[in-house]
Amino acid sequence: MYQYDEYDQQILNERVAQFKSQTERYLAGEIAEDEFLPLRLQNGIYVQRYAPMLRVAIPYGAFTAEQMRALAKVARDYDKGYAHFSTRQNLQFNWPKLEDCPQILADLAKVQMHAVQTSGNCIRNTTTDEYAGVVAEELVDPRPYCEIIRQWSTFHPEFAFLPRKFKIAVNSVPGEDRAATKVHDIGVHIIRNDAGELGYRILVGGGLGRTPIIGETIREFLPEQDLLTYLEAVIRVYNQFGRRDNKYKARIKILTKALGVQRLGELVEAEWNRIKDSAARLTSAELERVKKHFVDPAYATLDNNPAELETAKAENPAFVRWLGRNVRAHKQSGYAVVTLTLKQKGTPPGDVTAEQMEQIATLADEFSFGELRSTHQQNLVLANVEQRQLFTLWQQAKALGLATPTLGLLTDMICCPGGDFCALANAKSIPIADDLQVRFDDLDYLHDLGEIDLNISGCMNACGHHHVGNIGILGVDKKGQEFYQVSLGGNSGERGTASLGKILGPSFSREQLTGVVAKVLDLYVASRHVGESFLETYQRIGHNTFKEAVYGKAD
Amino acid sequence: MAKLIKDGAFVADDVWTRIDDDAIATEYSLISLDRWTHQQAELQPLASRGKLGLYLNSDQLAEMVAEQCRNFAVIAVDFPKFSDGRGYSTARLLRDQYHYAGDLRAVGDVLIDQLFFMKRVGFSSYALRDDQNEAHALAAFSSFSQPYQAAMDDQRPLFARVSR
Ligand code: HEM
Ligand code: SF4
Repeated sequence: MYQYDEYDQQILNERVAQFKSQTERYLAGEIAEDEFLPLRLQNGIYVQRYAPMLRVAIPYGAFTAEQMRALAKVARDYDKGYAHFSTRQNLQFNWPKLEDCPQILADLAKVQMHAVQTSGNCIRNTTTDEYAGVVAEELVDPRPYCEIIRQWSTFHPEFAFLPRKFKIAVNSVPGEDRAATKVHDIGVHIIRNDAGELGYRILVGGGLGRTPIIGETIREFLPEQDLLTYLEAVIRVYNQFGRRDNKYKARIKILTKALGVQRLGELVEAEWNRIKDSAARLTSAELERVKKHFVDPAYATLDNNPAELETAKAENPAFVRWLGRNVRAHKQSGYAVVTLTLKQKGTPPGDVTAEQMEQIATLADEFSFGELRSTHQQNLVLANVEQRQLFTLWQQAKALGLATPTLGLLTDMICCPGGDFCALANAKSIPIADDLQVRFDDLDYLHDLGEIDLNISGCMNACGHHHVGNIGILGVDKKGQEFYQVSLGGNSGERGTASLGKILGPSFSREQLTGVVAKVLDLYVASRHVGESFLETYQRIGHNTFKEAVYGKAD
Repeated sequence: MAKLIKDGAFVADDVWTRIDDDAIATEYSLISLDRWTHQQAELQPLASRGKLGLYLNSDQLAEMVAEQCRNFAVIAVDFPKFSDGRGYSTARLLRDQYHYAGDLRAVGDVLIDQLFFMKRVGFSSYALRDDQNEAHALAAFSSFSQPYQAAMDDQRPLFARVSR
């Protein structure tokens, strides 16, 4: 974990003071509503349907038990006792009072947390793989690079008023992408070139929203120390040439399409060549300094598959099921990576109560060196658990309702807040997630179906990533009624190549929707070859076969 | 009237005024880029004496002025709306790429909470919108004592500026 030094802390304290003054001036009528807007947005405050929402940054998803407790306290003291983990590894409070926000941010600053640039047309929280640093497949730990990007982007003087928001994601695992880098404004892939040097492949122009686009490669290889100057060049070009006349055409994805990635690359390259050898270039000393914060914890010397684990497995089929789904291999022998799922029946995906938050903090302290990660699938990860303690952890997590053995399965849905909270919604999304949880609650069936991403957004802004769900559900407005459009075949890049879903056909009412999902699943089950995933079957038998199964033959 | 901040204080006697393209250019006129492009020969004497200024709209980017910038004692960059952030890159590039050394002035929707950023990208004077509180404005320049990035006020990022 990165630990703030005096400079980080000072910057954050100064931010707290600045926002306090801004809020006071606003409440005193000295700052107009529309002028306060970007100020509060850049401090994570978004006014939604009923109340302001405060989005707290969890930089690249990494946080500590102590920070979790501080968040729980905020939920208790200033909100209605719960919080929501978002698809970009952040945490949202749904009911804080604006007047309280400066104090909340002051409280959070004490544990090195903030809401800096979690909204607004600026560079947002950089996200990455929730398994960073603990899986053998990764090339190097991506977190130091994320932290370096965080510092560089924090209060960047030139990029606080971009044409639109700007999201960066970093991936370091060849062939897998848990950070959905291809649907980010910039995707950074940490790679080695043929000479074995460390660096990055840079993608640009991905994004969801109204016009979903998969990012394209703008530079095949960028040397390690050139990260910041190159990002600066890309965003400088975007700041100047991105459209500002229409907010739906303002993302860099639109500029990329308009110029072509080739031309955009030339503009960036010209600017980068000008600045790449400036003092802004990363130094190896700075890289080393930040990397030192992400060294392995003090692992014990342990063997894989200890007797405690084997005995517990032999006696508990339910434990075995959880192990198979929610626990994955660790790079260190004797350890495992555990995901606590926030997808219980009857609670909105990603929601946790203050009590659960405190209990999760205790689990982190007890089982995982006091550290936690949030995931873009709206779950939490204990990254360093001793295998011999898995059974004890499972029992405790189960008692807290955090051990539903469904990671990656149908009911491990991504879902936006939708019409229950959000003023932009066309339709509610949480009740859809709930309907599906109720209808598909048979664990044997879910496990038999295998891995499926089902994503739900309440409108085309796509906060719930419906475009990249294997099954995507989008709330639409049909003459004032809430309807839902279904798309199939999307993929965030986690299961092979990233792709966008294709709309199945006319939309459905809430009542019809679970039946439609059932038909889609039935066809999959009837058509699949042995070992074939939903996505593979879909790709093999084709969109139209599914369409016919749902709507009947067209002729 | 906007209030001008320069060198950390409000100045009362600012002489520069923006003029329309059909008005006669005199000493201390801020002219449009269009006018400069079309009437450079006539305006050059004024410019050479350091008495001519340029006024840039937010869509007139640094590269459109380029080396020409050195003709002007003042370049005013317009922020038609505070949320239009192009002027930050314009300022930075005029200073950094084209080595503009004159007075770089932020004009238009210039609000307290932009001043810190404006100073960092190379602005040297600020026509603060007239409804803004003066004391808060002056205080805003020192919102952050050690920012992370390299910029025009300090070419070194934090990691090169201090030992961390
Ligand atoms: C309730 C208040 C919320 C509002 C009003 C809101 C609004 C928006 C809007 C307008 C966009 C589209 C931006 C664009 O395409 O340029 C967007 C995108 C997005 N939002 Fe939200 N959002 C809210 C909550 C959330 C939550 C809770 C999450 C996570 C669970 C989230 C995650 C995202 C993501 C991942 C995108 C990405 C789309 C992209 O990058 O193209 N949002 N949001
Ligand atoms: S997708 Fe639409 S409804 Fe859902 S949170 Fe985003 S803006 Fe709101």
